[in-house]
Amino acid sequence: MGREIVFETRGLTKVYGMGEVQVHALRGIDIELYTGELVVLLGASGSGKSTLVNILGGLDTATAGKVFYRGMDLTQAGDRELTEYRRRHVGFVFQFYNLIPSLTARENVAIVTEIALNPITPEQALDLVELSDRKDSFPAQLSGGQQQRVAIARAIAKQPGVLLCDEPTGALDSRTGVIVLEALERVNRELGTTTVIITHNAVQAEMADRIIYLSDGQVSGVRGNDHKKAARELTW
Amino acid sequence: MLRDLWGMRGQALAIVFVILSGVATYVSMTGVMNSLQQTLSTYYAEYRFADGFATVRRAPELLLERIREIPGINTVETRVVSRVNLEIAGFNEPVSGTLVSVPEGGQPVLNRLFIREGRLVQPGRENEVVLNEPFAEAHGLRPGDRITAIMNGRYRDLRIVGVALSPEFLMQIDPASIFPDPRRYGVMWMGRSALEAAYDMDGAFNDVAFTLGPGADIDEVIDRLDRLLRPYGGQGAFGREDQQSHFFITEEFNQLEQTATILPLIFLGVAAFLLNIVISRLISLQREQIAVLKAFGYRTADVGVHYGKLVLIIVLTGAAAGTLLGFWLGSLLGDLYLRYYRFPYLEYDLQPSVVITAAILTIGAALIGVALAVRRAVKLPPAEAMRPAPPATYRATLVERLGLQRFFSQPSRMIMRDLERRPLKALLTILGISSSCAILIMGLFFYDSFDYVIHIQFGLAQREDMTVTFTDPTSRAAISELKSLPGVLHAEPFRTVPVELRHGHLSYQTGIEGIPQGPYLRRLIDIDLQPVSIPPEGMVITGRLARILDVRPGDEVIVEVQEGRRYTRRVPVAGLTRQFVGVAAYMDMDAANRLAGVGQAISGAFLMIDRSFEREITDSLTERPRVAGIAFQDRVIGAFRDTIAQTMLTYTFILSLFAGVITFGVVYNSARIMLSERDRELASLRVLGFTKGEVTYILLGELAVMILLSIPLGLVLGALASAGFARSLQTDMYQLPFVLAKGTLVQASLIVLGASAVSALIVSLRLNSLDLIGVLKTRE
Repeated sequence: MGREIVFETRGLTKVYGMGEVQVHALRGIDIELYTGELVVLLGASGSGKSTLVNILGGLDTATAGKVFYRGMDLTQAGDRELTEYRRRHVGFVFQFYNLIPSLTARENVAIVTEIALNPITPEQALDLVELSDRKDSFPAQLSGGQQQRVAIARAIAKQPGVLLCDEPTGALDSRTGVIVLEALERVNRELGTTTVIITHNAVQAEMADRIIYLSDGQVSGVRGNDHKKAARELTW
Repeated sequence: MLRDLWGMRGQALAIVFVILSGVATYVSMTGVMNSLQQTLSTYYAEYRFADGFATVRRAPELLLERIREIPGINTVETRVVSRVNLEIAGFNEPVSGTLVSVPEGGQPVLNRLFIREGRLVQPGRENEVVLNEPFAEAHGLRPGDRITAIMNGRYRDLRIVGVALSPEFLMQIDPASIFPDPRRYGVMWMGRSALEAAYDMDGAFNDVAFTLGPGADIDEVIDRLDRLLRPYGGQGAFGREDQQSHFFITEEFNQLEQTATILPLIFLGVAAFLLNIVISRLISLQREQIAVLKAFGYRTADVGVHYGKLVLIIVLTGAAAGTLLGFWLGSLLGDLYLRYYRFPYLEYDLQPSVVITAAILTIGAALIGVALAVRRAVKLPPAEAMRPAPPATYRATLVERLGLQRFFSQPSRMIMRDLERRPLKALLTILGISSSCAILIMGLFFYDSFDYVIHIQFGLAQREDMTVTFTDPTSRAAISELKSLPGVLHAEPFRTVPVELRHGHLSYQTGIEGIPQGPYLRRLIDIDLQPVSIPPEGMVITGRLARILDVRPGDEVIVEVQEGRRYTRRVPVAGLTRQFVGVAAYMDMDAANRLAGVGQAISGAFLMIDRSFEREITDSLTERPRVAGIAFQDRVIGAFRDTIAQTMLTYTFILSLFAGVITFGVVYNSARIMLSERDRELASLRVLGFTKGEVTYILLGELAVMILLSIPLGLVLGALASAGFARSLQTDMYQLPFVLAKGTLVQASLIVLGASAVSALIVSLRLNSLDLIGVLKTRE
């Protein structure tokens, strides 16, 4: 594609020891992700997609193999470096939003911009997800979809190098899910943030630039999407 | 269930410690108090402490039969008792003593002696004495040693043959003083015939001890005895309640009992209260598990029993360990008191009632906590409860609504909002921490009060460096002579007239202190630090003395002067004064001299000296024949402090330790519960790139706010409780002022902070093991 590589993994392997049983979550993953692209990681539950994203996001460490983020070797980093890496470069969106209940929408974003190097303002971030009018609401006063959009605003406000979304619509109905995906699509388009979306929903893959198929801890296929759809065209 | 227990071992252990501290304090102090009371009554019974006493000038032994006939009297023993001045080799201060007769060749019938060392006086041996133990110990005297007594004006060389204890002189206090000072006053026993010979008491007695038969009325007996003795110079019979040693010991025991009962009960109450909070919060965290149990068909009662058992294991462990520890500490304290009060033995055992009270209180508090919490937990239908609690609703805090919002970072806002969202929870935690702070204050303030008394007494009221006492009232000219000694900066006279005060049938032996005009060194001030003004005529007496004599200002008291020409005069009570300690009567110095019938006499002088001349002054004074003794102020203070210090130190140490443990328990449990309530939030923040330090700030910041609020509250609560406590300890003998020094406040705060810091540290270590991935996969 000729674009800059954001992530590069070589022989990435993750083995969980669960008592006497060893679970091979990842069995030698080799992938590259490029700046500005929207990638969907598609796979059934247990295929290893969450493990992969956790390692990419610096939440987990690999058993073997290498991960590079813009040339930085994450497999060599300690807890302190990984914290710093998450703080500077990674935006997370979780299935269950993980907002801080005691902070308003604006403050949930501000808690990240306060520690970021080059953030946009919380207001701008909430504007991007079209929630400016709810900025003073507490999470308990927001619907699931609204909470997830706050989570997206929080994730992109620091202008991260990469936005990692783990089943962002998993807890939402499809109509609300589409609205959330629209928000992700818009962020990807307007800020050019490299975005990785994990899903087991094949329909959602249609909005991706590229789709990476995972099964049983291995990459079972990579496909460029020539007929990229807008999020609002998706139904499931 | 054991798995449950293991899962919360940290918190369980903290609860165990809280209970352990409460129970141990309660068991040790109450136990010691009970055993002291028990020991006292057994000692009194076994050594036949008399029910009443009487003094008379000189009565023939024949009168004994008539005393026996008084209805209600059971056993009577007559004695010869006399004050003596003593000289002890190597001790250059005046020592006085009381000689009490013992029957020839045997134990007295009443007030029997416990021979610690040596033997009793042998019949016919005129110079043998037995010493009261504290007196002997203070001078390192042992059987075989000798002392000199001035008996009826003649020097007598006495040989010590034994060291003993007596229920009559448990507290060996000079009748003219209020503190035991075993170096300067001691009790001794001597053969009856030797004493009769020395004091012209052949076939006579001057002291009676008696016991009462069952159902006898002490007042009636006293009345009849007084009538019988009056012709012989009877000075009033009195019951055990007015006997000096007994009076002091009951007074002390009453104070001890206040301290030893009220304080540990508060302590135990606080522990029970904390237990209650901790348990109900612990159980509310387990609502999911409770719901599962309910879904499986367990009844509410079954769930209650499950948690009841769980909590009982914790509580009983704590209570059992606390009892053992308390018993052990109690025996340590008991040993201390044994030495202090000089009982021949101490009956120390653990009374079932003490253990049962402690157990009932803690178990009760625990079970109520369980019941309330379980009831709350099972109120929800199982299906709903299995879903985690709904997301908490928050709002901006008052501070923020006031427009101060921009001053706070998001983490600080989280802290404030969490505090404000559940004010009751915060309040309970704050109350818990502040009560342990308050307990500390209650335990520590004694020190300050005593220090204050010492400061006032010796810093403001008695500012002399040394005291010189003359053998007899001496001309005022002696002051100029003293002033001329090199190194003496100032000399001020004092005059003490030994008297017996009488009002109706009541009497009291004391010394009237003559106060000079405009004193500089020895100033008379009352408990409000106001100078006591002495009128030119009449006397000012302490409240306690007024009560002993049953007089009010304006009443007249008969004063029998016990020196010189022994005048008997009527002196009006001009006023009352309140002093921190003691019984005293004051008069203008000139008036006191007129009372005694002598001119410008003085009994001694207070000196302010240049310390570098101490040696020369001591030497030149010792040589003078009229100088009976010299005393240095700092040594007197030292003796006073020593008396208090040892007991207080042990006591405060135990208290501080346990209050620290309680603080630790509360803080640790609060932090642990906060952590389990907020681990998801904190882990999310870690995922977002917050460092461990930043996350710790959010968790412990809330706690820190509560602790910082608790400390001032605890100090205030402690001060209020201590003030009330001090007031409850007021007797007319002691006026314990309520004083709190800054140091004590700092000390209490530091102990609370220290205990908090330790528990916070332990909890913050757990933050390292937050499961960052787990929280992303589970719904709140």
